Amino acid sequence: MRAGPRGIWRWHWLLAGCIAVQIGASVQAGPAERLLPLAAVRPAARFSSADLRALQASDDANPAMLWVVQGQALWRTPAGVAGASCAGCHGDAAVSMRGVAARYPALEPSSDPAAIAPARLLNLEGRINQCRSRHQGLAPWPAESQPLLGVSAYVAMQSRGQPLQVSADAAIQPYLERGRALYLQRSGQMNLACTHCHDRHWGDKLLGETISQGHGNGYPAYRLEWQGLGSLQRRLRACQSGIRAEMLPFGSPALVELELFLAWRAGTLAVETPAVRR
Amino acid sequence: MPARLLVPEHARAGEVVAVRVLIQHPMETGFSHDMAGALIARNVIHTLIARYAGQEIFRAEMGSGIAANPMLQFWTIARASGAITLEWVDDRGVRGSVSASIVVEP
Repeated sequence: MRAGPRGIWRWHWLLAGCIAVQIGASVQAGPAERLLPLAAVRPAARFSSADLRALQASDDANPAMLWVVQGQALWRTPAGVAGASCAGCHGDAAVSMRGVAARYPALEPSSDPAAIAPARLLNLEGRINQCRSRHQGLAPWPAESQPLLGVSAYVAMQSRGQPLQVSADAAIQPYLERGRALYLQRSGQMNLACTHCHDRHWGDKLLGETISQGHGNGYPAYRLEWQGLGSLQRRLRACQSGIRAEMLPFGSPALVELELFLAWRAGTLAVETPAVRR
Repeated sequence: MPARLLVPEHARAGEVVAVRVLIQHPMETGFSHDMAGALIARNVIHTLIARYAGQEIFRAEMGSGIAANPMLQFWTIARASGAITLEWVDDRGVRGSVSASIVVEP
């Protein structure tokens, strides 16, 4: 069967139609599109072994509590030029910090009254460090330093059991969309995006391990592989290394945006910090 | 070396109580390398001794097969009120200790 000139044109129209439908679909899905439907969201513990769940369930056994106890001590310790401590302003963390971590990453409005400096998206670690430099006059703790991990785990633990609820404001949407774009962006020598494992193949096996849905609600978490406490950014970088991509630097805006997208994606999953992960 | 010792605050005389300790320690095996490729010297808590009112009740000799941040648990019989003290030393000679008191009711 031969296709004459008319036949070729017919195929072109069909192709153009397909493309139009595809573009229409992606536009229609819009910002609220969820590749992981809320009804399919599973707690991270669902992908852990019974041993790890038991370790996490007991504060007596959970090794992350070693860092939390240090964070608690730092919370009360005055430091810096003003001799201010976290507790000096915020009081009892169990009261003042309850539910706070569930709202992070959050948009920090510009402190500049003239609003020349733009608003910044901060994760919990970034917020703690900002408080430290603003009110204690001290240099921010380096990423993944023990005191920063301790204080952020201590603060995040006060929200344990509370559902995640990042802001749904219009102002935060561009950050969320950039986070989503990074989540969907193929990268690395393996040419994989987050979505390929954590939306399409969660519950499947990757060698001996079960692929999780990739929720960050337990971080900072104690990871057996690290034999220590680590932040969500460290975990994200580990994934980037795993797909042989260039790791984004700690504290880079792109990583915080990805954290924001993950928190949005997890729906109302409860904070599990300090979690134990394999 | 931060550590957490968990001992029940109160016990009845003759009761079997659990003593649990969690110690923050890297427990370097001596087989791993740093980023420059140099061998990291072995550094593990090799000896841990527990004393109850001054008397040794438990001793652990650990090697490189124990994971970082070790957790140990053992049981003892609550005989009299007093302090349960755990002391340990690692390959670098760094010592640590933690103590908790138990009140024993007849």
